[in-house]
Amino acid sequence: MDQVNKKPFSWKGFFLQWEWMLILLFLVVNVINTNLSPFYLDSVGLRDATMTFLDKAFMVFPMVMIMILRDIDISVSSTVALASVVMAHLYTLGVPMELAVVICLAVGAVCGLINGLLIVRFKELSAVIVTLSTMIIYRGIAYIILEDQSAGSFPEWFGFLGWGYIGGVPFILIAFVVMAVLFGLLLHKTTFGRRIYAIGNNPTASRFSGVQVDKIKIIVFMLAGVMAAITALFLTSRMGSTRPNVALGYELDVIAMVVLGGISTAGGKGKMIGAIIAVFLIGFLRYGLGLINMPAQVLMIIIGLLLIVAVMVPNLKPKAKAKGKPPKSQDQQIAG
Amino acid sequence: MTANNGQKGTLIENIAKFREVGLLGFIILLSVVIQWRNSSFLTLENINDMITNTAILSILAVGMMLVIITRGIDLSIGATLALSGMIAALTVGAFPNLNPILAVLLGTLVGLVSGVILGAIISKGGVLPIIATLGMMYIFRGLTFMVSGGQWVSAHQMPDSFKGIATGSFLGINNLILIAVLIYVAFYYFINHTRTGRQIYAVGSNPDSAKISGINHDKIIWLVYTIMGGLSGLAGVLWVSKFASAQGDTASGYELTVIAACVLGGVNIAGGSGKISGIILGSVLIGIMNNALPLINVSPFWQTGIQGSIILIAVVLNALVKRGVDMNALMRRRI
Repeated sequence: MDQVNKKPFSWKGFFLQWEWMLILLFLVVNVINTNLSPFYLDSVGLRDATMTFLDKAFMVFPMVMIMILRDIDISVSSTVALASVVMAHLYTLGVPMELAVVICLAVGAVCGLINGLLIVRFKELSAVIVTLSTMIIYRGIAYIILEDQSAGSFPEWFGFLGWGYIGGVPFILIAFVVMAVLFGLLLHKTTFGRRIYAIGNNPTASRFSGVQVDKIKIIVFMLAGVMAAITALFLTSRMGSTRPNVALGYELDVIAMVVLGGISTAGGKGKMIGAIIAVFLIGFLRYGLGLINMPAQVLMIIIGLLLIVAVMVPNLKPKAKAKGKPPKSQDQQIAG
Repeated sequence: MTANNGQKGTLIENIAKFREVGLLGFIILLSVVIQWRNSSFLTLENINDMITNTAILSILAVGMMLVIITRGIDLSIGATLALSGMIAALTVGAFPNLNPILAVLLGTLVGLVSGVILGAIISKGGVLPIIATLGMMYIFRGLTFMVSGGQWVSAHQMPDSFKGIATGSFLGINNLILIAVLIYVAFYYFINHTRTGRQIYAVGSNPDSAKISGINHDKIIWLVYTIMGGLSGLAGVLWVSKFASAQGDTASGYELTVIAACVLGGVNIAGGSGKISGIILGSVLIGIMNNALPLINVSPFWQTGIQGSIILIAVVLNALVKRGVDMNALMRRRI
């Protein structure tokens, strides 16, 4: 885990990092987009485009941590739906909006806590299956609360979250940058972050060296729940109303961004900055292809291909170099 | 795991050994309760309906069981199903005189090709099953929309011979049920009595020792996803024929129901164990819930939550029973 500190600094190694590949890819996407549509490089357009894809990007931060821990959380989109539906329903019942927002965050935290507790208490169950079932349950509760109705007509100030500007910059972009810095510091500059890497590299060794693996896992899953609730706030504000089937399939987009950002699915490797670049990469790709009226389905195929290629390329490289590849069973820990 | 040493089993071991019996008991209990609340539940017509509806689910569950036994998971089957169903529907729409058996074969072939690609990515590319199948889910869904141009293929565009695949019957038994039973028998033989079938279990219960004992790990993984693809392709044609409509979002999210059927049927999500008899019961239980909850006036909005809770409870109970068995094995070793 200390390889960055121990190795002598080399410019070649520095530029061969996956993050530079991403920046290159990002530039390529922008050049292609500019050539495809004359309207692409419009600063107002680009600025407002960030508002449409940044809401789900808040879930990317905790997902990076979860995947470094060798786990996965596919229930986040259902947490978004449940938090959003509870908030809207309470508001229509007469609860003040300020309190409803706080409850929305609390719902997210509780959903994350339940995931974390189940995963820690039942170690023989993989995170895939636990979050798969809570994904169905959370969405199911959202349906029980609102049935096929939608709820909305929030107070004026709530719309600021999704539509507001501060000094000409969208509020959501500012919030995203602040969160990115906070999570980046948390993962890379604190003992908490170092322990996440330690657990991802070797959970057993970490436990024996006194790292409270269970506690850290529960905290990270709770962070995922809270960030899902924050996504719910921005998304609900931007749409002005909510339904139980809101944010359907967001977990796939989030996982795609994290994996594309170079976070190893075998755990223990990856940087926050990679995932952040991937957020803008996919966001601008979507915006650019939308400008030239490319059907959404083509975009689905492109994202699917990117996702698979991004994971496959680093896997193929070490095999060609050296025969001594790590045992497969380690790679399959998450899915097992 | 301690079943073969000839000693008298304790209570917890018996639960583990006879979990199918337990599941069957639960199904009977549930049926009695539902019958008591609504007498139209156990009529011949409704039972036939229910089994026909469960047939496609259980065909998919067979493939999913193989995938889960090797410690994998396949989230792309809903999309594979939609793609092969759509291609089959478009083909019979264009050539109405096509023999329905050819349509079934075409759909299965599309599924097989999808499965081969997916299997190669997982076994040769070293991509985690969950990531690879998520990615392929996107790709197959996108392809389904593209081949159909976003249009639906509806009942009047399909010839009667094609719709007859799922509605027709042979010797008084619905074709879907016949196909499902054929698949159970074939796969029962395959996983219990052939070398390759046993190797699937070996790879799942201990990949490292399987590799050391000369089993071609990659080949088995590849095979399993190919089978899953083929079965999803077959299910796609049956689905489209049964509901007489092919859409871009056919069976979206259905992979979760299939996984639920497997988990309820006692397939261990950590790999290495699972039985055909178990997944048949698991599928039947889900079929009963889908059929009976509306009959006893449970609001449709509650169904998702109830299904999710049942899956979670089943998974947790499985884990607890397994713990009890392991604990017993350890206790015995001490004496």
